[in-house]
Amino acid sequence: MKIHEYQARQIFRDYGIPVPDSVLCYTVSEVEKAARDMNRMVVVKAQVLVGGRGKAGGVKLARTVDDAVAAGKQILGMDIKGFKVEKVLVADAVNISKEFYVGLINDRNTKSITLMASAEGGVEIEEVARETPEKIIKFTINPLTGLLDYQARNVALQLFGDIKLANKAASIFTKLYKLFVETDATLAEINPLVLTPENEVLAIDGKMNFDDNALYRQPKILAMREPDEDELQEIAAHEKGLSYIKLDGNIGCMVNGAGLAMATMDMIKLYGGSPANFLDIGGSSNPQKVIDAMNILLGDKNVKAVMINIFGGITRCDDVAKGLLKALEVLMTDIPIVVRLSGTNAAEGLAILKETGLPTVSSMSEAAKKAIELSKR
Amino acid sequence: MSILVNKDTKLVVQGITGRDGKFHTGLMNKYGTNIVAGVSPGKEGETVEGVPVFNSVENAVKATGANTSIIFVPAAYAADAILEASEAGIGLVIAISEGVPVQDMIRVTPILKQNGTLLIGPNCPGLITPGQSLVGILPAMIFKEGNIGFISRSGTLTYEVVNLLTLNDFGQTTCVGIGGDPVAGLYFIDLLERFENDPETIAVVLIGEIGGDAEEQAAQFIAEKMTKPVVAFIAGQTAPPGKRMGHAGAIISSGSGTAAEKIAAFNRAGVPVAKEPAEIPELLRKKLAELK
Repeated sequence: MKIHEYQARQIFRDYGIPVPDSVLCYTVSEVEKAARDMNRMVVVKAQVLVGGRGKAGGVKLARTVDDAVAAGKQILGMDIKGFKVEKVLVADAVNISKEFYVGLINDRNTKSITLMASAEGGVEIEEVARETPEKIIKFTINPLTGLLDYQARNVALQLFGDIKLANKAASIFTKLYKLFVETDATLAEINPLVLTPENEVLAIDGKMNFDDNALYRQPKILAMREPDEDELQEIAAHEKGLSYIKLDGNIGCMVNGAGLAMATMDMIKLYGGSPANFLDIGGSSNPQKVIDAMNILLGDKNVKAVMINIFGGITRCDDVAKGLLKALEVLMTDIPIVVRLSGTNAAEGLAILKETGLPTVSSMSEAAKKAIELSKR
Repeated sequence: MSILVNKDTKLVVQGITGRDGKFHTGLMNKYGTNIVAGVSPGKEGETVEGVPVFNSVENAVKATGANTSIIFVPAAYAADAILEASEAGIGLVIAISEGVPVQDMIRVTPILKQNGTLLIGPNCPGLITPGQSLVGILPAMIFKEGNIGFISRSGTLTYEVVNLLTLNDFGQTTCVGIGGDPVAGLYFIDLLERFENDPETIAVVLIGEIGGDAEEQAAQFIAEKMTKPVVAFIAGQTAPPGKRMGHAGAIISSGSGTAAEKIAAFNRAGVPVAKEPAEIPELLRKKLAELK
């Protein structure tokens, strides 16, 4: 789960990380009031859940209230990579001597949390990692001890040189680690972390992602969720025990298991078609799930054909067939459907479907070819 | 021979009185797996499918000499169950539970290392040595005894491919589903090494998917250390970046973890990558023919 910058800033503040003042605004008049109240140079920043806001023109420096109003007018309502800007942050534009990067991630390879820091702040860290990986300091944190003060200080010293500044930065690193662990984050970035001419160290932009599997024990984080339209569909599907992701194609897929669902999408593409979605109905055989899944697939107006691909292990093919029969009774659709059943009780499942006249096939490849053919009619 | 589980496996089922635990205890029992105990706090003295239930893994190990554990408890309690097994001296833990928080696994990992406990999963279908021991939720009827080692990040895709292997007369030494989570136990390299050292395994089929760089590391290991042929398939070639494809680990982030990168790495290591699952038996046949 992702959150906005203004939300990340609030979490940082709650944990004592110094962050410049800011006000969240939904309208131009709110922007005007915020700029007037701050009474100094501000930066107006689009709040959207996608990277690259600066490049898209979603971040503007404003020296006067009029500048801020102009920036608010421009940014509110603009489209950044398909995301409409509905709110902006008006933040104190502090003077910057130098920009740094600091971030924490769950590292698959070391099976631990890794601290990353760089003197190349303010730019996309992926770019730094690609072009000058030697400029990123990586420190693997022992989960049994956490990030210790001296470790944070040593990393900070490499960035700042001066021990007083390093102590300030190290305190931010350990606070960031604490909040990372306590909120079940998967990513916590301060980029840039800045040094001001007054020798203050401040976080002026933040990005955080959280572990979906841990949201059950993070009510405060869950309350910050602001899903867009696609995500609302995905969340609704999740509540029904389905894992659904909408794509741009026209062949709806219903599959049991995530790996097989991905392979099914790949196969449709391989034979020249285009998948409309990823949909994993999971491991159980509940007929209701099949009905819910069909409802989602047929709710997508782009879908011209449906491919059902079930390899019965724990899932029984006859249960899937029964669910499909029920679904067809209520849905009354003329979208063509191809069914592939294999594995546990496949013969029983196919017998149940016989009376429906639906085309049934025994292999994935055949199913994909047939679905593509039907989608073109 | 085989890897990790065999006729000497003495299994304890953690969460044996739950719906899934009970159901799969029945299926594993039927397959011939030597299930010696179950654990369900508060239910010591009961039996499930003829298996005696204990209050703790420690009690179960003392009474039965169990050496392997399978975990069916809900995700929120999985880390606790894994540690309980490890502290009780279990050498191999298979965690089926789905949806375990990543940081729980990060905290568990160093303790398992200290205790010398091997872990498979979480969020995995388990493993099987055909004809000897099934420790997991894999559908037994598709497996067959033979000489192919099998490793996969996915569940049903495993069944799909194993079924194709069996139909093409490629039986298996051991099939391992390592699970779809970003932080998990034994991974490709750990298992490739075991298959390389297993005299009965003549070739390995590896099923990867998008996300992370474990496939790239496996490719490097194969190029440097393996004498046995490996054939691969990567799921998620058409997955868009930034979207999590069901498995918590299956996500392409900022241009890395793509199928294209993984396929390129395997090709550089001399590992053929199938365009679709149906192609795997043929690639395997070709690779084995090259050996002769």
